[in-house]
Amino acid sequence: MPSPRYWREVPSRLRLEAARCSGCGKVNYPPRPICPGCRGKESEPVTLSKTATIITSTVIHIAPDDFLFEAPYAIAIVETPEGARFMAQVVECDPSSVGPGMDVSLEFRLIRKEARSGILCYGFKAVPTASWEAQS
Amino acid sequence: MREVAIVAAGMTPFGELWEMSLRRLFAEAALEAITMAGVDHLDAIYVGNMSGGCFVGQEHLGPLMADQIGMAGVPSTRVESACASGGIALRTAFFEVASGASDLVLASGVEKMNDGADATNVLATAADQELEVYHGITFPGLYAMIARAHMEAYGTTEEDLSWVSVKNHRHGALNPKAQFPLEFTLEQVMNSTPVAEPLRLLHCSPVSDGAAAVLLCPLDQAKKYTDQPIKILGTGQATSAMALADRKDPTFLDSVQLSAERAYTMAGVGPDDIDVAEVHDCFAISEICCIEALGLVERSQAARAAASGLTALGGRIPVNTSGGLKAKGHPVGATGIAQIIEIYEQLRGESGRRQVQGARLGLAQNMGGSGASSVVHILERI
Ligand SMILES: CC(C)(COP(=O)(O)OP(=O)(O)OC[C@H]1O[C@@H](n2cnc3c(N)ncnc32)[C@H](O)[C@@H]1OP(=O)(O)O)[C@@H](O)C(=O)NCCC(=O)NCCS
Ligand SMILES: [Zn+2]
Repeated sequence: MPSPRYWREVPSRLRLEAARCSGCGKVNYPPRPICPGCRGKESEPVTLSKTATIITSTVIHIAPDDFLFEAPYAIAIVETPEGARFMAQVVECDPSSVGPGMDVSLEFRLIRKEARSGILCYGFKAVPTASWEAQS
Repeated sequence: MREVAIVAAGMTPFGELWEMSLRRLFAEAALEAITMAGVDHLDAIYVGNMSGGCFVGQEHLGPLMADQIGMAGVPSTRVESACASGGIALRTAFFEVASGASDLVLASGVEKMNDGADATNVLATAADQELEVYHGITFPGLYAMIARAHMEAYGTTEEDLSWVSVKNHRHGALNPKAQFPLEFTLEQVMNSTPVAEPLRLLHCSPVSDGAAAVLLCPLDQAKKYTDQPIKILGTGQATSAMALADRKDPTFLDSVQLSAERAYTMAGVGPDDIDVAEVHDCFAISEICCIEALGLVERSQAARAAASGLTALGGRIPVNTSGGLKAKGHPVGATGIAQIIEIYEQLRGESGRRQVQGARLGLAQNMGGSGASSVVHILERI
């Protein structure tokens, strides 16, 4: 990944910066110039909470090249209390235990390494919360 | 708008075709269609192709392909919409003829996926690079998430998914052009290796090479080229949010429903009028979601439709008589045109052991990405 491309995503990807639409209240992550819900152009910045709930998930067995040595790994669509949904890997647990409804915390982690001499790429991964594990 | 007909078709076998290049695949399908109609010129060519650039390092397919069939000089355009490239190439050709701008247009699709590129990486370019692929998702993974959400919401089971594959392989076993013309048992499907849970190898369409082409002309000129033209009665296209996370309901393919509504309206028919359908079963779950969004089967019956025989040959609404993407193969850019050819042959009564008796109206639905684009065509025997 060329570093300008990585750098452009820093505010949303590394700082979880999102935008709440002033028209319909939808939280758009990452922020966009126009709200896909109502086409409103006004919004206020919000920073997403570092907690979320899993909406749906899978366990990848046949992985892309860059993730070959991590398979099998769990990956999910998660929703934060603000209503933002996005994709994140789910780590520090048995991948087969991951499923819809699970509560997770979002933690800053290394996501991928770009080729042999490329940059290290960071972001958030999900970790099942202690309270969830105690419940199950 | 003028009425438009399909008057000829050409298609390579689908599979791992090591001896065939991207251009050779196209030429074989295109020349078969051109020869069948006995035409010596074309007014335009559309080439559906997802990723010549990433699969074999070749872009600019419009002129390349025109030249390969001795048609340099003819306007020729590559159409890209991921796995829906072929269907949208047909739609583009349809409008060119319907508008009166052209009389003879070739709509084609081609993909060469087995030439050394990592297909998993290339296919993932049809997902959102920044929000999805960055985190390690794959195409089977996206549909696996749809499957898991469907299971959670509607109680769909791994067995339901597996029946879709069993059915489509039964159909594909009757198709000499299929990549995997063989049957699998429910147990074989359910015990095949996991790809992205809950999807297994035998729930996935394969990595394929292939090409397909059809020739379009105004309906009132069609008898010059064939005794049995097939009319394009309706076309509809729609988009949805690119990232799966941005859809309100991950189990519902809203672009499929919207594209179908548009095609039904244009055709003046409804889902109950359809006799045979080809739908985009890139993964077993997609067939379940698509037949429901198309209105072919009620939501409550969609998951069990393959198991109950509803969508099998001989059932109320046979779906994917070609074997579908699952058994026939899925050279992504060619798929949309190959679906059209299956319906074209069904309506002409040329499908041999796969024939749906008396089929008069057929539907083909072709989808791109995890459902971000969908295109539906309705064809009629006249
Ligand atoms: C499922 C998938 C990952 C399997 O790839 P793979 O693990 O590299 O599989 P291989 O090529 O090593 O094949 C292993 C065996 O299974 C067979 N096979 C491969 N894919 C198959 C399929 N989909 N169905 C049936 N058999 C298949 C192969 O012929 C091979 O058989 P052999 O050992 O007898 O020669 C791959 O086919 C795939 O990515 N499919 C999805 C394509 C896709 O996403 N398309 C876009 C959809 S929108
Ligand atoms: Zn809004």
